[in-house]
Parts: sequence; C-alpha cells; structure tokens
Amino acid sequence: MVNGIVFYGIPGLLAIMGLVILLQRENLIKMLIGLSVMETGVNLFIVGTNDVLKGTAPIIEEGFRIYCDPIPQALVLTAIVIGVATTALGLALVIRIYEKKGGISIKDIKEMKW
Amino acid sequence: MKKIFGLIIIVLFAYVFLSFLLVVPFGRKPGHVANYYLDTEPEKLGGKNVVTSVVLIYRGLDTLGEVTVLFLAALGVSALLTGMKRDRKKIRKPSLIVSAGTRYLFPMIVLFGSYIFVHGHLTPGGGFPGGVVIATAFLLGYVALEGIGENIKMFHITEGTAGLLYVITGILGIALAGTFLENFLPLGRFGSVFSAGIMPVLYVFIGLKVGTEMAGLLHSMKGGEHG
Amino acid sequence: MISSLILLITAILGLFMIFVSFFIFFTKDLLQAILGLTLIGLVASVYYLVLQAPDVAITEASIGAGLTTAIFIYTIRRTGRMSK
Repeated sequence: MVNGIVFYGIPGLLAIMGLVILLQRENLIKMLIGLSVMETGVNLFIVGTNDVLKGTAPIIEEGFRIYCDPIPQALVLTAIVIGVATTALGLALVIRIYEKKGGISIKDIKEMKW
Repeated sequence: MKKIFGLIIIVLFAYVFLSFLLVVPFGRKPGHVANYYLDTEPEKLGGKNVVTSVVLIYRGLDTLGEVTVLFLAALGVSALLTGMKRDRKKIRKPSLIVSAGTRYLFPMIVLFGSYIFVHGHLTPGGGFPGGVVIATAFLLGYVALEGIGENIKMFHITEGTAGLLYVITGILGIALAGTFLENFLPLGRFGSVFSAGIMPVLYVFIGLKVGTEMAGLLHSMKGGEHG
Repeated sequence: MISSLILLITAILGLFMIFVSFFIFFTKDLLQAILGLTLIGLVASVYYLVLQAPDVAITEASIGAGLTTAIFIYTIRRTGRMSK
C-alpha cells in the first residue's frame, strides 16, 4: 500500500500538476515548463511498475537471480531524449513569436482565434 | 470560461489517471518477452546491460527513428533561429579564472562522456547520456571560452558521418546476417569492453551523433555570438 | 531491493517534488520556475535510482538537470524574465 502511494501516487499527482500548469497559465514558457513536469510524472509512473521490492537493475551479474523488467526502462530512455528535443523546438517557436508579436502570452496570438 | 473548460479537462484526466493507477498492480514481474530477453542475454548477445540490448538490437529500428526525430528537431531549431536580428547587448568577457579552469575541465568532461558511451553495454549509461554529457562540455565552452562556436561546420560533418555509419552498420547486418541491425561481429569474452558484437560500435556512433547534435542545438539557441 | 528507510526518504523527496510543482504554478518569475523544473529533474533521477533503473537515472540527470535548464535560460535571455 505504502509502495503504491510512493511510486504511483506521487508521479500521478505530478502529472496532474503539470497538466494544471499547462492549462491554467497564459505564459508560453510556463506552459512548456508544465509540459515537461507532466512528462516527468508519466515517465516515473511507467518505470514505477517494476518489481523493485525483490528485483535488481537489469544488468547481468553473478549472484543475482531476480531482475527488473528492462522494457519500460528502454521505452522511458527513448521518451526522455525525445522530450528534450521537442521542448527545444517549442522554445524556438516561442522566440520567433516573441520577435514577431513582442510578447509571449497566448493572448498575444490573435490569428488562431475563431 | 476557458479556465472552466481547462478545469473540467483536468478533473476528467485526474479521474481516468487515478482510477487506472488503482487497477495496475504494484511490483509487476517481468512478462514473457522480458524473461526471454533476460534469460538468453549472455549467450545470444553477450552484453551485460539488458536495457542496452533492448534499445539497440531488439528495438534498433525504433532507436534509428528516435535519432531521426532528434535530427529533425535540431534542424527545425536552427532553421527557425538562424537569420534573426540580434540586439547588441553588452557582452562581458569571461574572467581569467573561469576561462582557465574551463580549459582544463573541458577535455575531462569530454573524456567522461566518451567513457559513458564506450561502456554502454557493460555499465549504466550509453550513447544518449554520454552524448549529452559531451554537449554540456560544449555548453561550458560557449559560456567561458572564446571562439569555440566558430567551427560549427565540423559539428555538422561529424553528425552526418555518424548517422551515415549507423545506417551502414544496419545494412551490413542485412548483408551478413539476414536482417536490418542484426549482430554480425563475434561476441567476445563476456564482460570485457570488446564484446557484445555491434552494440559498442552502434553506441559510439549514437554518442557522437547525439553529442554534436545537442551542441549544435545549444549553439543555435544561444544565438551565434559569444556569451 | 529497497529497505523501508529508503522508502521513507523517497516519500519525503516525492512530497518535495509536489511542493516544487505548486511553487512553479504560483511564481511570477520565470527563472525561478525554470530552476524548479531543474529540481524536479534532479529528484526524479533519485527516484529512478530507487526504482532500479540506473540507465534512466543517468539520462535524466544529464538531460533534465543539465540541458533543459540551459535551453530554457537561453530562451528567457531573449524574451524577458518576468511573466505578467
């Protein structure tokens, strides 16, 4: 029960807080920060399904019998690197918007309104 | 109004996410596929780190796609940010202590990053973190050394060569072993550096590619000039 | 293999992570928000280490705490530090 709260509840709360920051703030950089926080929460949750009470890290070594599942770790390794690349692309778009509009609030972008 | 819509979306997301969390049991044992990977690792692929062999061999095509996404993101950043007019702020020169310290620290950080990606099949780490460590060395260099960002062309040449060699290694797998990115080198002694077939070779290419790519990305985010 | 003391420390670090995310929500200073994101990345790397994923931990420590901070700070150097 305690393990569930620590390794599922806190990443879940972190993901929800990231979504709150993403949807309730109007500054574009703040929104990207919220997206990064949400990504961290979801990645922690995916790795958290491991059998950490008995298993060890999936590196083959003498004297260890039970290992953790290597597949979620490989997936999360991919997701982290992709995340920083997409964040950098978003920040480049933010710099362009600032140069064109003079502000980085979503209220400054009127063309996409309908 | 918009805030209320956002709040509704957040509540729905929280409900779905938390109710999903209650269903997934904690402490899941590895499934059939993971058990197969873990059991056959020493004699089939010869690497100690199973995560590395999942990333590079079993899901090698996925990693190739990931490297492509990284390349496209770096290309997009440099396409969006080149040719912007820069406001000429006052550029402070780095102090002597910082630049002298960086001059000695820089090769050590690059060496550490190389260690991480060369030993990716034995210890935790691998091409992606090793490349990023090398990129942080270049970040330190942009802040504290003058003229390090001038030969940005070399970065592009190294990056393109590493990516090309990655794909060529995969095609050699088709020619010599049957499928794309299949191992065709001898496995060697279990646990030594020159073992595990093509895994260290691929991780060296990925490390060089990611390092130069991230350094180029930081260069274009920084905006050309010194500082 | 984790002991109950490590579980307690992890729980405290996790609560700290939630606290930092609230701080990011309420602060007006973007530089402080970015440093909060760095703190979350660091604590997440400790979390990965407890969860027996050293590969992910070393990646998160170098990317989440190093590179992300750098690109965000380069951005606010161009666009301004305060959010209205």
